[in-house]
Amino acid sequence: MSAFRNSNFDRRTALRAALGLAAAGGLAACGSNTGRSSSGGGAGLTQYFHAYGEAGTEQAIKRYAKAYKESNVTTQWITGSNFESKLFASLLTDKAPDCFEFHPQLQMIESGQVADLTDLIDPVKDDFNPADIQSHTVDGKIYGIRMIDDPQFFFYRPSLFEKAGVEVPQTLEELAEAAAKLTTDKVKGAYLGNTLHSMINPLIWSAGAQHLDEKNQIAYHTDAVVDGFKQLRKLFTSGDLLLDAPTDFWDPSALNQGLTAMQWCGMWAMPQMQEALGDDLGIFPFPKVGDAGKQSVYNGGWSMFVNAKGKNLEATKEYVKWLWIDQKEYQEDWALSYGFHIPPRTSIAASAEKLKSGLPAEGVKLFNEFGHFDNIGWTQASITALEDVLANSVRKGADPDKELTKADAKVNKELKKLFG
Amino acid sequence: MSTITKDGVSSPAAAKASPAKPRRGLRGSPTFNFWLFTGPFLIGLAIFVYLPILWSLYLSFFEARFTVTPSEFIGLDNYVTMLTDEEFIRSLVTFTIFAVFIVPLTWGTSLGLALMVNRLRFMRAFFRSVFFLPTAVSYVAASLVWKMSIFSGVRFGMMNTFLSLFGIDNTAWLASPDPPWYWLVILTVRLWLQAGFYMILFIAALQNIPQELYEAASIDGAKRGWQTFWHITLPQLRATSTAVILLLLVAAYQAFDEFFNLLNKTTWGRPPLVELYYKALGDSQDYGAGSAGALILTVLICLVTLLQGKFLGFGRGEESK
Repeated sequence: MSAFRNSNFDRRTALRAALGLAAAGGLAACGSNTGRSSSGGGAGLTQYFHAYGEAGTEQAIKRYAKAYKESNVTTQWITGSNFESKLFASLLTDKAPDCFEFHPQLQMIESGQVADLTDLIDPVKDDFNPADIQSHTVDGKIYGIRMIDDPQFFFYRPSLFEKAGVEVPQTLEELAEAAAKLTTDKVKGAYLGNTLHSMINPLIWSAGAQHLDEKNQIAYHTDAVVDGFKQLRKLFTSGDLLLDAPTDFWDPSALNQGLTAMQWCGMWAMPQMQEALGDDLGIFPFPKVGDAGKQSVYNGGWSMFVNAKGKNLEATKEYVKWLWIDQKEYQEDWALSYGFHIPPRTSIAASAEKLKSGLPAEGVKLFNEFGHFDNIGWTQASITALEDVLANSVRKGADPDKELTKADAKVNKELKKLFG
Repeated sequence: MSTITKDGVSSPAAAKASPAKPRRGLRGSPTFNFWLFTGPFLIGLAIFVYLPILWSLYLSFFEARFTVTPSEFIGLDNYVTMLTDEEFIRSLVTFTIFAVFIVPLTWGTSLGLALMVNRLRFMRAFFRSVFFLPTAVSYVAASLVWKMSIFSGVRFGMMNTFLSLFGIDNTAWLASPDPPWYWLVILTVRLWLQAGFYMILFIAALQNIPQELYEAASIDGAKRGWQTFWHITLPQLRATSTAVILLLLVAAYQAFDEFFNLLNKTTWGRPPLVELYYKALGDSQDYGAGSAGALILTVLICLVTLLQGKFLGFGRGEESK
């Protein structure tokens, strides 16, 4: 008689099997996604990356991790638009990553979340873009290693400009006029992103202002910035702007699919645009705002940070040094083989053939001439405060001066917490 | 043993009464069995519901930015911050507007669908399934379909393509609050997602209405249609309607997914949960203020539920009606 006929056996066996499966599942989960075989030695490290849009980037990061022989490095490739939230939340838990990419922000240093990496960078400090080093430095200590620099500017179709008789705009007014002339029943004049948030930083710089001054006090609330928001509002309501596109500004689809004549985007998308549009592609910086302004380019990018509260601090620092200081081949591959990014190491940037001619070279030139870097004292709360100003004054029609005054209160509260 | 009776009809043999065995050990104990079945649930409830609520209460009295183990006690400051926060108050207004529209709209649509499906003579199961199916779709997936396909602002968006047939220009459905087209997107996606579920509740209730009532009404001269619906169907659905309204109201308070995915980082159209997400779990990571807001919201939900119960009579016994 089959043992399965026995009801006691059934129940107990089923229970044991369920427990066994649960345990096996747990064990299986422990061993997944390391990017390497289980034979690797050393500490198990975890790194967080946001999902890059360029094909092959995830595989590249996992390939670099697999090549590291001292530790098993697991990569969490975080898709979706809320990488920041997931990172911040996980940093409060035991499952926090050992290292992660992010932007330099003082609050992370103040709250003891990121480790001092001065000893790693000091020997090669002179080989880094000085502005990158400065944007990661607090009280003489360097808290992150820049992996890539990502300048952002306007990409445009010269053929459409020529057809409409439009010159490359030098001022924000000229940009609005150009957008009006370029708009047809099929193509909108300009695309600045769905939220328009990427306009905030260049608008401030192009109006001749800064986020914070040397004393870390508000420096963005000027008449020129207020006027810039008003001009953006006019452009927003003109009907010449592409709104509600399926993908946001960081994706080149709007320009590539002929939905717009010019688009704000980053240099990372240049290869995709060149593939879709060939030579019918040009770039120009954010035009100046007001007479005292100057054209600007936002030098975004990503840096590698080490979790100061991680269980494997020294092993993580060794891995980070290995990949982002020692392995120049990988750094070059990361910056140039997928999208175009400017390598922060000057020796790599100088030898990067792909950036030496044509449009990429023009991008590097704009980066050097008009570029502005993140201010480490400009934190998430301050970023959100100005995003609200833009949403309310440009998209909703409120008075920008009043909205900036409201933001001042929030930013000052933040500055008080950071600098006392 | 013979089971032939006097009538010649076979009847089952009476089961042999087995003497009741005394149950041994813990398995015989009702207390043990109670804890065996409810214990895991209660432990889960304690760990995942009550402990976080208590921890939130604790956090709400502390300065807790970028930490959930704060040390700086600030009393009621977080509550004052939230109650004077223009955006949090605005989110409560947004929720109210949303609830005012979505609750009656879903109630009416689901009742209408139920009446329609219930009257069908053929393919009733098919139509019941068709209307119920959207309930199985995730809010996130539906929101993305609505945003990127149906209500996309570009010329090849489904709705813009349709409107262009009448010579109407492209509309940016979600980009601007003026005019507030985003409400149309939000209301339609939610209606599509949840009307089918409430339709099923109404169908069940409709099938429980005794046919004799309609027959008696017919004999008394009541006209079929509106008159019967108003005087018989609707009063008979009172208990179900009240439960549906309560569920819809709670669901409206819990609105998150479609607002979060459709209105990415706008300052308008944020219901309370989205506002609290941005405050506590988003970029600000202010767990103190977020916790204070969550507790304020909890108190509000309790108050609204009690008031709703008082006005609509949910939970009141039959005898008290």
